[in-house]
Amino acid sequence: MAKTLFEKVWQQHVVSENDDGSVLLYIDRQLVHEVTSPQAFEGLRIAGRKPWRVSASVATPDHNIPTTGLEHGITDPVAKTQVQTLDSNCDEFGITEFKMGDKRQGIVHVVGPEQGLVLPGMTVVCGDSHTSTHGALAAIAMGIGTSEVEHVLATQTLIQKQPKVMRIHVDGELPQGITGKDVALYIIGEIGTAGGTGYAIEFAGLAIQQLSMEGRMSLCNMTIEAGARCGMVAVDDKTIDYVKGKPHAPTGEMWNKAEAAWRDLHSDADAVFDKEVYLNAADIAPQVTWGTSPEMVVPISASTPSLDDAKDEVQREGWARAFAYMGLKENTPMQAINIDKVFIGSCTNARIEDFRAAAAIAKGHKVAANVKLAMVVPGSGLVKAQAESEGLDKIFTDAGFEWRAPGCSMCLAMNADRLEAGERCASTSNRNFEGRQGAGGRTHLVSPAMAAAAAIQGHFVDIRNWDK
Amino acid sequence: MQAFTRLNGLVVPLDRANVDTDAIIPKQFLKSIKRTGYGPFLFDEWRYEDVGQPEMDCSNRPIRKDFVLNQPRYQGAEIMLARENFGCGSSREHAPWAIADYGILCVIAPSFADIFYNNCFKNGILPVVLKDEEVDVLFSETQSHEGYKLDVDLEAQTVTTPSGQVFTFEMDDFRKHCLLNGLDDIGLTLQQADKIKAYEEKRKQEAPWLFA
Repeated sequence: MAKTLFEKVWQQHVVSENDDGSVLLYIDRQLVHEVTSPQAFEGLRIAGRKPWRVSASVATPDHNIPTTGLEHGITDPVAKTQVQTLDSNCDEFGITEFKMGDKRQGIVHVVGPEQGLVLPGMTVVCGDSHTSTHGALAAIAMGIGTSEVEHVLATQTLIQKQPKVMRIHVDGELPQGITGKDVALYIIGEIGTAGGTGYAIEFAGLAIQQLSMEGRMSLCNMTIEAGARCGMVAVDDKTIDYVKGKPHAPTGEMWNKAEAAWRDLHSDADAVFDKEVYLNAADIAPQVTWGTSPEMVVPISASTPSLDDAKDEVQREGWARAFAYMGLKENTPMQAINIDKVFIGSCTNARIEDFRAAAAIAKGHKVAANVKLAMVVPGSGLVKAQAESEGLDKIFTDAGFEWRAPGCSMCLAMNADRLEAGERCASTSNRNFEGRQGAGGRTHLVSPAMAAAAAIQGHFVDIRNWDK
Repeated sequence: MQAFTRLNGLVVPLDRANVDTDAIIPKQFLKSIKRTGYGPFLFDEWRYEDVGQPEMDCSNRPIRKDFVLNQPRYQGAEIMLARENFGCGSSREHAPWAIADYGILCVIAPSFADIFYNNCFKNGILPVVLKDEEVDVLFSETQSHEGYKLDVDLEAQTVTTPSGQVFTFEMDDFRKHCLLNGLDDIGLTLQQADKIKAYEEKRKQEAPWLFA
């Protein structure tokens, strides 16, 4: 029977089926970080349990890591305790960890694919909603809570109900200057932040095929912002080329066997989906969010909406609250909005391609006088080294950007990198929620090139008109 | 885990859609390595005028009087009424930990974000999905009747209003069983250890690169 990509990977991981239709699903890889794991390890200790398969888990600290002054270590004592707790838990249970100072350390969702720790067709979990990133490699990758982190550590499985499967086609050529980030924001604008609830999403169509692996990771990363369990893209030559030669990827005869299996990781021609959505790439302009939910998004050429356009009273009230929080009015042209800070980084956009795109814009320019801080934060020590070998760090610092050490940084502001109340930020991260980047901070989500252009001009601009 | 069977509790209405877990428990509280102590910081930015810090004493902090959790009539609430897509965003289990620690044992909404919904069951919280129009009725009755209580019965899968109106909700059998009995699902899964081992042996043959 014809199967979807999701069904193929799912069925390969079913250990047993329960009477109520749920299954015990085998998990190939668990990524671990310092914020959502301490209580899971503590749970194991209290119950006297050991990890089921130690080699299936790999850890790195990312959320709390400072991005400057690393020689002083972590100065926040509470954050320091949390990172030390990860170190001691990994040491105690024998889990591989890329600790602070290791050049392989970085944001888990950048490190996993970069190290070949995530491979096509795997089931991948992490106590982090942006685990959906790894679906770019045709993996079923899901964010889970801490109790489930403990469940996976103890049993290498999760109890799961099979979600429905939605395919989103983005047909036609990807327009110039449009990135995976723009595609993700456009899709969320179309289907809403709850549009994917209860579904696994497969992204398909020419525009998706044209995205680089980094672009597909940005897209799958934000699947969670559409409410979906996970997002996936089928294996093609780009996937195979990306994985080949990665430190933990198979080699030799094992590679040949693996590649043959991975080449089947696509939906069969006559596979049936629970829902299909058709979008045209030609309709996608560079996207900018204006409000406090990723679905509050418009093309850069547009203005903030009018309250009268709201579909119902609940949405109208949500928009009114978002306008008040963001310090914006209805019908304001997006390009007229000035910014105070710029953040280029996060598990959405901190890979080498993201920095190449931002540097191409920043080259030969200066950050605008009204921009207090423009920071560039690589996703891992290896991305940082690669960018530096290409001279990207120099382009950024010459233009007045700060070039930082890797970590989650101002995506969620658990370390010292944050917005002050009222500050407005062009950010390549994934969430524009109230307070996300600092209490009272105002976040506008954009692609790396759009963030760099906003830094130079001091306000949002249309990257498609950038000819300098 | 604490079992949930039946609850007759005071209802607090949180009339906003897309309430995210960053709002439920802001990031600075995620630095804790404990499972407890998050209740005083539940909805910290909406509840207080200042910015909360981990382990601070909240008893003298300036509160936002208009926020529902601060209104005298809703003190002691055990049921929260919410709008669509409640608990979206971050997977942080600190969100249900904060809700439970505050004393809320049941959240009723037209829809929940998947990860949050799942996390509730691990912490003795019952998330109840009712139809939009049913939730509208409950909002309107809660706001117009001080001391409004609902009776939530997990075994019967019903929510009963003071006037005797009964709304039923869906629930999967396994989750219901675990919540009714306060069961630890790791222990249950480990009863299938032989099946997990057999699966691994088979997979090592089919896809050895997964075990390298």
